[in-house]
Amino acid sequence: MIYLDHNASTPVRPEIADAMDAALRTLSANPSSAHREGQRVRAAVERARAQVARFVHAREGEVVFVSGGTEGDHLALVGTALARRDAGQHVAYAAVEHHAVHGAAALLHEFGWTHSELPCDADGRTIAASVDDLPAGTTVLSVMLANNETGVLQPVAELAARARARGIRVHCDAVQAAGKVPVDVTALGVDHLVLSGHKFGGPKGAAALIARAGAPLSPLARGSAHESGRRGGTENVAGIVGLGLACELAAAELASQGARIGALRERFEAGLRAAIPDCVVNGAAAERLPNTSNVSFPGARADHLLLALDARGVMASAGAACASGAVEPSPVLAAMGVSRELAISALRFSLGASTTADEIEQALPLVIAAVGAARGTGVRA
Amino acid sequence: MSGATYKVLAAMSGGVDSAVAAALMAEQGHEVTGVTLRLACYGKQPDNPRACCTVEAMNDAKRTAMTMGFPHHTIDAEDVFKHRVLQPFVDGYAGGRTPYPCALCNQHLKFGDLVTRMELTGADVLCTGHYAHVRILDDGTAGLFRGRDADKDQTYALALVPYAALARTRLPLGALTKTEVREHAQRLGLAVWDKVESQDLCFVPDGDYAGYITDKLGETRGTAPGDFVDASGAVLGRHRGVIHYTVGQRKGLALPSSEPWYVLAIDAAANTVTLGRRHELESAGLVTDAMNWLTATPPADGTRLMVRIRYNHAGAMATIRHAAHGAVEAVFDADTPQSAVTPGQLAVFYDGDRCLGGASISAAMRASGTPVGTGAPEAPISETNA
Repeated sequence: MIYLDHNASTPVRPEIADAMDAALRTLSANPSSAHREGQRVRAAVERARAQVARFVHAREGEVVFVSGGTEGDHLALVGTALARRDAGQHVAYAAVEHHAVHGAAALLHEFGWTHSELPCDADGRTIAASVDDLPAGTTVLSVMLANNETGVLQPVAELAARARARGIRVHCDAVQAAGKVPVDVTALGVDHLVLSGHKFGGPKGAAALIARAGAPLSPLARGSAHESGRRGGTENVAGIVGLGLACELAAAELASQGARIGALRERFEAGLRAAIPDCVVNGAAAERLPNTSNVSFPGARADHLLLALDARGVMASAGAACASGAVEPSPVLAAMGVSRELAISALRFSLGASTTADEIEQALPLVIAAVGAARGTGVRA
Repeated sequence: MSGATYKVLAAMSGGVDSAVAAALMAEQGHEVTGVTLRLACYGKQPDNPRACCTVEAMNDAKRTAMTMGFPHHTIDAEDVFKHRVLQPFVDGYAGGRTPYPCALCNQHLKFGDLVTRMELTGADVLCTGHYAHVRILDDGTAGLFRGRDADKDQTYALALVPYAALARTRLPLGALTKTEVREHAQRLGLAVWDKVESQDLCFVPDGDYAGYITDKLGETRGTAPGDFVDASGAVLGRHRGVIHYTVGQRKGLALPSSEPWYVLAIDAAANTVTLGRRHELESAGLVTDAMNWLTATPPADGTRLMVRIRYNHAGAMATIRHAAHGAVEAVFDADTPQSAVTPGQLAVFYDGDRCLGGASISAAMRASGTPVGTGAPEAPISETNA
């Protein structure tokens, strides 16, 4: 089995699993309890908070532990919109944002908010100048640091500067970027930023929203004073311990792993291009995450390709599949202006810390064979 | 197949039958990959437990796969369904026929599109949850046989599948009754073991075909009111549009009479619905569209076979003669004329338990042996001539 779906989730690092196992077994009190056992658990949570803060150049008090990227996006977007509702009821986000951001905007829509989408260019980069065209009354802009499907890096600092000049708060979904490229919340100049542990060696169900000091935020889960009143609910202690350690370990290896994985990705794409000359690497002209490769195989269909790859032991994913499995063009590729034929034939391969050069060499002929099989039976939709 | 293990592509609708078929193959040690075809019907309406292709049905199929420990995938077959099943269904009703879409779905989706997908996984055999047998005969050719559970036998719905696909097909439920299938599901811990059985067309779960075609699909053909006529052409009243009628229908005609009227024939071109009395419904035989034979060589002219003319028809003996364009004329035994031979439904032929193939009924034959309506047997087989 060759796992090339690290953007979906990447294996938990063994040392993190050990740390979490120890936390589950030994940190049994409630971190909010006043007694010394509670304090011992609290100390573990706060240590993780410091690890996360260092990782993204934030202050410890700005780290809010949440359950995942989707919750973080909702808290940042809805929480800011609610806190600023007297300034307007319009929000904005990049067209290439993750479903979680689209979902948060849809929730706001139910309560009367309207929204705008910022367009991107043909390589998937959001057009920074489009911030200037946002309507008056826009209170918050959401823009991701790296796209989950294509890996294309977004001009967040420039977008944030333009937004700030207009008094628009900025949330950055860094879920796919964190652990793969450096993330500096101060340099980006954003108000909020979310990262998720299971994308870089940590566990699922543990994530952090960085809420910069002074950034307005109306909490969603209320009733208790957890996370300084910003997110109610007893902490996922073992998960938080794992997330903190993942941040510390990733920071130490960011540069070396990035270069190694980037070289493997280049080899993978070169191998595909050589064997399948009409394949198209989406977003190739843009600066991308080093691990992500989004490739269209015209004449094949993503659902057929996935079936063929799965049978050959290669795990990848299609940005195109919806919950019921329909082949619909990915909104991200559609926003880039990718044709329907190319969009429904697109697969995402994402490499990770465990990916080896041998695996890439083994995967190439399997992917090429799967494309051949899927093309042979392909009905052009 | 004892001993050998196959790579199996298992068609899974989300229902209990296909779940057990796939699970039994997995239990026997075969390397199963489950596939659910998404046909687009009711995809966003998960409230009807009998409707296939809902997200819930996909999840049921996935759950079975997880329980049994084999992979499952969803394949989009919306285009094939739309063009090969739904459009002929609509065209049939609009043209005064009463089509049988399940046969087309089996022909073009499960035993069509899916068979072409076998190459994707390198599968040796296709497995479905139909109640029927595939047997390899002494001469090495494959044959389709009726399932053990006579109430559930689905050979009628399989009569149009490509003959070449049969040899690569496994139907593990052929030897089982429905009760046994549910027992297997329970024994294997499949959550679908007590799932409600689909009763009607999966894409029209409420059974209102005309309403579905006109309201949901916006079809206007066949909806113009016209005349009810008798066999001599005399006008008896007004009908609501040919789409609302089927041969043999008695209810919903709204014609006051001491003796009930029945629909004898529908002529979409003339926009008339011919009515008559019960005895007038009887036909001496039928003419088919081009036959799909599930035999290496079709039976000779003059062969006496059993023919079923609708899904729940017990069958009648008939003598066949080959006609032009692959069609067949079948003349019922003189003492057993059949009532309500309905164009669009299938005529499926049997030699004992073996299903020899079938085709859509193109026309009924009057007692004289000539087809009812305008279409002679020599007419192009695609023409609607009821």
